[in-house]
Amino acid sequence: MFQQRTQKSGRSVATWYRSGGLSAVFFALPLVLIFLYFSWGPIVRGLVLSFQKNNLVAPPEWVGMSNFSYVLTDPQLPQAALNTLYFCLLALIFGFPVPLFLAVFISELRKTGWLYNVLSYLPAVVPPVAAILLWTFFYDPSGAGVFNSILGWFGLGPFAWLNSQTLAMPAIVLEATWAGAGATSIIYLAALTGVRTELYEAAELDGAGIWRRVWHVTLPQIRGIILIMMLLQLIGTFQVFTEPFLFTGGGPNNATTTILLLIYRYAFINGDFGAATALSVLLAGVLCVLSVVYHFLTRRWSIS
Amino acid sequence: MSDERGIISVSDRKVSVVRYGLPAIQVLLFIGLVIAGVGPLLWLLKSGVSTSQDILRGPMQLWPSGIQLKNIPDAWNRVQIGAYLGNTAIIAIGSMISTLFVCTTGAFVLSVLRPKWGLIITGAVLATLFLPGVISLVPLYMTVLKMPVLGISLQNTFWAVWLPQAAGAFNILVMKRYFDSIPRELIEAARIDGAGNLRLFTALILPLSKPIVGVVALLTVIGSWKDYLWPLLVLPDPRLQPISVALPRVAKTTEISLQMSALFLAVLIPVVLFLVFQKQFLRGVGMAGGVKE
Repeated sequence: MFQQRTQKSGRSVATWYRSGGLSAVFFALPLVLIFLYFSWGPIVRGLVLSFQKNNLVAPPEWVGMSNFSYVLTDPQLPQAALNTLYFCLLALIFGFPVPLFLAVFISELRKTGWLYNVLSYLPAVVPPVAAILLWTFFYDPSGAGVFNSILGWFGLGPFAWLNSQTLAMPAIVLEATWAGAGATSIIYLAALTGVRTELYEAAELDGAGIWRRVWHVTLPQIRGIILIMMLLQLIGTFQVFTEPFLFTGGGPNNATTTILLLIYRYAFINGDFGAATALSVLLAGVLCVLSVVYHFLTRRWSIS
Repeated sequence: MSDERGIISVSDRKVSVVRYGLPAIQVLLFIGLVIAGVGPLLWLLKSGVSTSQDILRGPMQLWPSGIQLKNIPDAWNRVQIGAYLGNTAIIAIGSMISTLFVCTTGAFVLSVLRPKWGLIITGAVLATLFLPGVISLVPLYMTVLKMPVLGISLQNTFWAVWLPQAAGAFNILVMKRYFDSIPRELIEAARIDGAGNLRLFTALILPLSKPIVGVVALLTVIGSWKDYLWPLLVLPDPRLQPISVALPRVAKTTEISLQMSALFLAVLIPVVLFLVFQKQFLRGVGMAGGVKE
């Protein structure tokens, strides 16, 4: 390989040397090896696997589209897809305005802002799994549970929380919002420091009230980062796993089974790696379209 | 900063709705944040030293019937929280080192050396940015079970967590973009002074990129700190598991009072670290947000 390289570089030794020569190859080696093993390789392998029958024991065999037809006709899939969409929707409704409001408000506080910052970031520091275990206890369905006793002071409840088919998903989203709001609001805050303040002056002279200044001056200027956070949140929530897995394991009666939980079950409970990758490929396809669409939308909107 | 105006102006503050409304919202928000942010931690502190009966019967009682301080050392010794936290730290630091190594050297080639074949690599890295992680979950697991060509298994070694972390397209592109902004004249000047590539990398590029290296390091540590599914899959050996994987397993077999003190210890250390370094930490996370744009 060394000889071949030196021969080729014979044409223009200078450019070859400037671009690093052999040492460029050495510098690129970690990246290329790591990506071959852990990124490019697995992606290609995933596509191949989705057309194979593979349980890690018997040698893999080609089965055409049967993994896809198996996955698509699985009666659990529509429910899992709906649950995932429901989770995304709830996470967007709860989790999206809260950090934005927090950030806009905190940015107005000159002296005490940092205190609000630290307080709102605190839940994000708690290890997510510890937080989930703690909240599982908070959601204790008996009358003596933490949330049920608090609501009991106001004459409400007791609620079944995670044991109820209708409340389980909102309960999970509530915890996820609690854990995530602080981190998101820090990012908005950083974006808000770049807002051009002289526009507030102009808006005020034009008679715009406080809310209209927020709506017409502040938010448009951080539109780019808002869209990006929305995109990241959507892509993240479509692949939600830890919360439903630990809170409910997908129950009660599959009310919180998400697509990723289904993939996990196919692969690591049933040992059907073909079906698991087929579903992964389908989900990745949807998310890929989503991220390309958003990519172009954000590009267009940030230009206009 | 303080002389710069915000959304609300001086004349706004003279209007009585704003003058009294604003502090009112401020106080309400403060109380809300204290309840949401500190409340669960205080509750955990109380429950960590209570008896199981107290936790189950009256979780909202202000004062437990008796304080069981021995819960805390019990949790430390019997549940081995210390060992799991240690594993978490090893995993986070190892992931950080491997990520930084791969993305600084890679970005150095793609941005500074710019060989002809660099464009192909940049394109191939960029392409993976659009593919969500879920697509490679199962094949990645199979790769770790039996590494192609090498034929070895990384399962139950920390490498199984450290190495895949480094294959993040986002970090490489962020690093490359930062390196791109370093003036070429500086690089040429160093070359003329006789600096080889290795020296160029260690003596010029790396010192100039401290801020971005810090951000990538912070993001990697936070990411591996939060990871659950991947270490659960590749580290079935309890002695190697990070706290996130160990806690749910332990929770099934220990009594509630010990569970709560274990949770308390697991939460205490990161919270204290955060409170001590909150300024640097929040600045770093804020910068990371700017990077995403």
